[in-house]
This record gives sequence, structure tokens and C-alpha cells, in this order.
Amino acid sequence: MASGVKPRVKVPKTASAGDVITIKTLISHKMESGQRKDSDGNRIPQSIINTFTCDFNGQNVINVELHGAISTNPYFQFEATVPESGDFTFTWNDDDGSVYTETKTITVG
Amino acid sequence: MDFTRRDALILGAGAATVALLPVQAFASVSDDAIAAFTGGAATSEGGIELTAPEIAENGNTVPVAVSAPGAVSIMLLAAGNPNPDVCTFNFGPLSGSQSASTRIRLAGTQDVVAVAKMADGSFVQTSSVVKVTIGGCGG
Repeated sequence: MASGVKPRVKVPKTASAGDVITIKTLISHKMESGQRKDSDGNRIPQSIINTFTCDFNGQNVINVELHGAISTNPYFQFEATVPESGDFTFTWNDDDGSVYTETKTITVG
Repeated sequence: MDFTRRDALILGAGAATVALLPVQAFASVSDDAIAAFTGGAATSEGGIELTAPEIAENGNTVPVAVSAPGAVSIMLLAAGNPNPDVCTFNFGPLSGSQSASTRIRLAGTQDVVAVAKMADGSFVQTSSVVKVTIGGCGG
């Protein structure tokens, strides 16, 4: 597991039913592209986050397939519709098999 | 061995071909990626917007945004990268709009291509040239 991986997500705490909200996500990760070489000229193997998923109460909002050309500390901004109160679940899948998750609750009032 | 004028011309033509090859290779790789995404279907213009800076000082982190109302998924490609795949956004039933933004790596000045698959099965494509001052592939 890559060290120091920390997901950060920004979701509004409240919304009206049916509102479209903007979500920003960032996860600290080296995203080793597989193109770089170490000081001895050996290629450093690729080690990236390969998929990112955002779900709301079990329904999919967005699913992203990542490749080596995504920057260090992958950042995503997108919009979601909020039909009711519930939880956003964010999932990042690492090449090495680790899964990082984060949950945010939103209240419709 | 003496060099005739003919030999020199043939050598020159060969060198020119070799020099052009990498460029063609990159172009065909990104075309292949587009074909794999569309399943060989033709793409049209319009209905998709790609926002990328004209000049990126640092190729390691170039902010880009795509938006294609009515799209099911959007694929981003960097035609001049060693591996042109950047990412694919698949929008679910609760996505508020078919738009997203992220930060990407670019090896050098090149075209960034966005291809969107629409709900009706058609494909639209757009591209934007980004000038990169320092490449982002770490040599």
C-alpha cells in the first residue's frame, strides 16, 4: 500500500431535494506513471489509482477510469443530483489492491 | 565504395522516413484508442466542450474540464503522450450534469482530445492544443 494516502472530499452539508450540487475530491497519491526512471536508469513500475467511483445511497453518480496521465494527487470535480437525505460513498481503487473509501452525509431540509 | 547521387538520395529519403515515424506512431495510437472507444463509429463535431489552458507552464498538472450535455461517458486522450489514455468518465443516473474536471500530465505541446458517447449511441469529439513549457513525464 502506498504510504500517506489521504482522501479529502468537499460536499455541502445541506441541500434542497432535487438540487444539483458540486462535489470536489482530492486524494494524496504519487500516481507513479511508469514513465519515470530512477537514478540508475531503471524504469519505476507504474503504481496508480485505476478507478474512482462516487455513489449516493447505492446509486451511481460517476465512475472514472484513470490512467498514468492523471496528475499526482488526483483531483476531480463533478456534479450530483440529491433526491433525498443520505450518504455519498467515494471509492478509490489502487493498482496494488488497496481500496480507499470516504463517506459524506448530506441532509435534505 | 563510392557514393553516387542516387545512393545519397535513397539514404536521405530513408532518414526522412525514420524521422517522421514517431509522429505517425503517436497519431495512430491515439486513433486506435478512439476507435476502441467508439467501436469504429464515426465521430462528429459539436455538443462537447473541452476547457484547457492555451499555455501550461508545468506539464505535470494541467487543469482540464469537459462538458457534454446528454453524454453517457467521456474519454480524454493526450495524443502526444507516450500512452495517450488519460481517463474515462462514466456518468451514472444521479450525476447532476455531464461535466467533470481534473488535472492531467502532458509530455509536451500537443492536442488534448475529448470523445463523448451520447445517450443515443452517437459520438462527438473535440480537441484543444495545449502548449507545454516543461513536460510532465519525468524523462
